[in-house]
Amino acid sequence: MEEKHTTDTFEVDQRLTAHGTYWAGKMGTRFYTALRDQQKILGTPCTTCNKVFWPPRSICTFCFSELKDVVEIGPRGTVETFTLVTYTEPIHPRTAPFLYAVIKLDGADTGMAHFLDEVEIDKVHIGMRVQPVFAKDRKGNILDIQYFKPI
Amino acid sequence: MSDRVAIVGVAQTRFAPKRPDVNYGEMAYETISQVLRQTNLALPDDIDNAISCSHDIWDGQTISNISITDVIGGHLRTEEKMALDGSTAVYYGAVGILSGEYSCTLLMAHTKMSQTNRNIVNNVAFDPIYSRMLGFDYTSAAALQARRYMYKYGITRAQIAEVVVKNLSNARFNPSAHQSGEISIADVLSSPVVAAPIHRLDIAPDTDGAVAVILASEERAKSITDKPVWLLGMGTSYDAHYLGDRDLADCRALQQAAERAYRMAGIRNPRRSADLAEVGDEFSYQELLWMEGLGLCDKGDAGRLVESGATAIGGKLPVNPSGGLLSGVPINVAGLNRVAEAVLQLRGEAGERQVKGAKIAIAQGHSGFCGQHQCVLVLGN
Repeated sequence: MEEKHTTDTFEVDQRLTAHGTYWAGKMGTRFYTALRDQQKILGTPCTTCNKVFWPPRSICTFCFSELKDVVEIGPRGTVETFTLVTYTEPIHPRTAPFLYAVIKLDGADTGMAHFLDEVEIDKVHIGMRVQPVFAKDRKGNILDIQYFKPI
Repeated sequence: MSDRVAIVGVAQTRFAPKRPDVNYGEMAYETISQVLRQTNLALPDDIDNAISCSHDIWDGQTISNISITDVIGGHLRTEEKMALDGSTAVYYGAVGILSGEYSCTLLMAHTKMSQTNRNIVNNVAFDPIYSRMLGFDYTSAAALQARRYMYKYGITRAQIAEVVVKNLSNARFNPSAHQSGEISIADVLSSPVVAAPIHRLDIAPDTDGAVAVILASEERAKSITDKPVWLLGMGTSYDAHYLGDRDLADCRALQQAAERAYRMAGIRNPRRSADLAEVGDEFSYQELLWMEGLGLCDKGDAGRLVESGATAIGGKLPVNPSGGLLSGVPINVAGLNRVAEAVLQLRGEAGERQVKGAKIAIAQGHSGFCGQHQCVLVLGN
């Protein structure tokens, strides 16, 4: 039989899907329980390094010691940087245009990256004071904070 | 045991938005066969170690090297994958040669960015507990870094656009480049805003391509080529994962990696010693930020330098004479392409983009959003 040559290129179309349930760990569990049940934001202090971390973690980034305590931080904070996102992807829980910001919560030494809303885009600036808006129906994930808004 | 490691061969595909004519193994083989011909080496006898560099999700397969071991000479032999940027494959390969275990190592990095959606792939790089659900990807994270950098050091939007203008202009002389042209700052700033302050032309485009490099011990190198390029220094470093853990306007990991590489190379003042730098401009502002992290200028001074023309091909310290990633180089491949371009410069084979009399080149690669992992290599002829 004569072999048929083709100039077409062939693509194999596939979709990778995996539903993941990722354990939040010792600190993550405390963080999400406090967020869901009490609308409180927790960080972890390292008394050796004199720093308070968000997100909460069980090992200090700097001195590698085990961290066991939590401390309430925020809920108010200060915008350190921000962006207006103009594109929409399936990974986004919001529809563009929307704002992301890194917010240093009062009492913490590291920032939280999250959404910013209820603000005129032209008024957003580094140094702006903001506070969280908690979701009414909280499920124990990072979207229990819906977004931050100006104070 | 060998004291020195040389780069004895480099080969690159032409970078293109889409290579539907080849799968990634075939694309990789284009560079492997080319670099073997160039060095007059053959698999399997002349190569005793192989390292590939690729991305699981872009390839559509976890442990993405396992289906191309035949292509790279790994069948029933040793082959390992470097899951970071291609620059780090050079680091890893050199360590194997310096140990005395290997004398000739084939490195190959490949990615076909056309195969899937870059933002969705990069979202998976964010930790699943605290960050991923918010929908971050490398572009939105880069925008947060760019804004912070501009704010802290007074870098202007026009200075950042100047990087795009320079690199696309340089790319006109690079036959491997995916895009090039004479454009203006106004063209960059009138391209659509993707994530403010980043515009479309500030972002390295999706590209398919591969690069292969051969490393050899000093003894082997001398029998392979009369134009060895020596690896004089190397250093790597990680910064914290979370965006809020770092001051995004600074790049401590890069400073650390650079200090280690310079110390090994015996370089005290990189501004005086380096004849050119090839850096990972995945986003245009990064070229300026990485120049500062590499100590090629003071903090906040890179914007002024690019404006002054000092980093152009004929300038005092050319940066990305190849056109950089902005001219189209895939993720993962980026760092090995920086090394390959530096090697071509040091061999005097860079054609119209040649930096005259280049003797010392710095190549920098990074992995993760906002340059979490950094690798610096100092090369000399």
